[in-house]
Amino acid sequence: MIITRRTALIGATSLLAGCDRLNNSESFRGLTAKAERANFTIQRSLQDRMALAREFAPEQRSRVFRANGTRLPSGEDYARHAVEKFANWRVVVDGLVARPLSLSLPDLQKVPLRTQTTRHDCVEGWSAIGQWTGAPLKLILDAAGLKPSARFLVFHCADRMRGGVPYYESIDLLDAFHSQTILAWGLNGELLDVPHGAPVRLRVERQLGYKHAKYVQRIEAVADLAGVYGGKGGYWEDSTGYEWYAGI
Amino acid sequence: MAGMSADPPHKRTTRLWHWTNAVAVIVMLMSGATISNAHRFLYWGQKGAMPEEAWLRVPRFPGWLTLPSHYDLSSAREWHLAFAWLFAFGFGAFLAASLLNGHFQRDLRVGRAGSRYHPLQKLIYCGLLFGMLPLLIGTGLTLSPGMNAAWPWLLDLFGGRQSARTIHFLLAGTMAAFLVGHVALVLVSGPARLMRSMLWGGEGTQ
Repeated sequence: MIITRRTALIGATSLLAGCDRLNNSESFRGLTAKAERANFTIQRSLQDRMALAREFAPEQRSRVFRANGTRLPSGEDYARHAVEKFANWRVVVDGLVARPLSLSLPDLQKVPLRTQTTRHDCVEGWSAIGQWTGAPLKLILDAAGLKPSARFLVFHCADRMRGGVPYYESIDLLDAFHSQTILAWGLNGELLDVPHGAPVRLRVERQLGYKHAKYVQRIEAVADLAGVYGGKGGYWEDSTGYEWYAGI
Repeated sequence: MAGMSADPPHKRTTRLWHWTNAVAVIVMLMSGATISNAHRFLYWGQKGAMPEEAWLRVPRFPGWLTLPSHYDLSSAREWHLAFAWLFAFGFGAFLAASLLNGHFQRDLRVGRAGSRYHPLQKLIYCGLLFGMLPLLIGTGLTLSPGMNAAWPWLLDLFGGRQSARTIHFLLAGTMAAFLVGHVALVLVSGPARLMRSMLWGGEGTQ
């Protein structure tokens, strides 16, 4: 067997083409999706339900907290809310709950607050540390009373993405009731600003940045994600194929 | 070289791991290149997000080096994290098998006569097996916010997520350099004989 540069090149090129073909093959992607599912299962079994994300000292905060995704939601509605300093903003809690809620910003600020200095990890690779203040989601869910059939929470947001599709994200109940999961209205000692999700964003500290829905207007308790928008549990999951479980 | 034909055949476990690992390493290097293209700055410590915080700006990897060949971060992550299973568990199984079948004791122990390897080869293989591969796996795990919560000591071990990301990237670069050197050495020192040895176990029947 003689391996010349020519055969090596041909081999390498066909390997590349083969990988791209595999990338578009449904059955192969079914396999990598199974591996993704396995990653989720293994992580959840290694992780104590209540295991905390690392919290940092105030002096470890990023000097500039990078803002990503939507920095300014389009549309007159959001612009009006911003001018009104979000006085008429409401976070509706509905779906599979016993007592639907409609919470104003002062309502959220009345809930015993939690402040945490945590690291925000973008799927692209960067990390920023900031101090978040907000209402523990658990307290709000306890007030609304989840029905036994509820299994996921869907966060509907005010920002519109490509084609006017609203941003949304979802988490399961394990993350929803985690002690570091908060509806944050403050960042680094000030009210949340528009690039970081004013007036209210989700913090779900054991997952990547795209799960931390900004501009939250509605929290819907559902039994199943299949009927929600594209069915994959989030805007990026539906549109670009990012993993629903973003713990990795 | 005639003297080398006295090599005992490679064990089946060594051959099996060699090829599954070759696939895993190539897929992970190429999908890793796509992931690097997503944010081409490296930092040291717990955090890092802005160019002015970076210690290194990484060049963009061209499409013929990335998987997929066009920029597609979600697919690259899926490939990378799926083949990580093959990489980590293949490595673990090979370690266990090689301890049990005496491969390490025979071929990697320093100063031991009868090894198939040159001392420099021993040094490189030991560095790979007991340094680079475990560190690649450890720093890779540290990049996961879920694993940070499950095993917070990972952050202390590597000095933060962004340090781990830097170490992961540099080790991957070293792995790519090893791969190039390894393939080049095989090509110059008898590709047919060495391929036969790694595919079918040796040249005992020659």
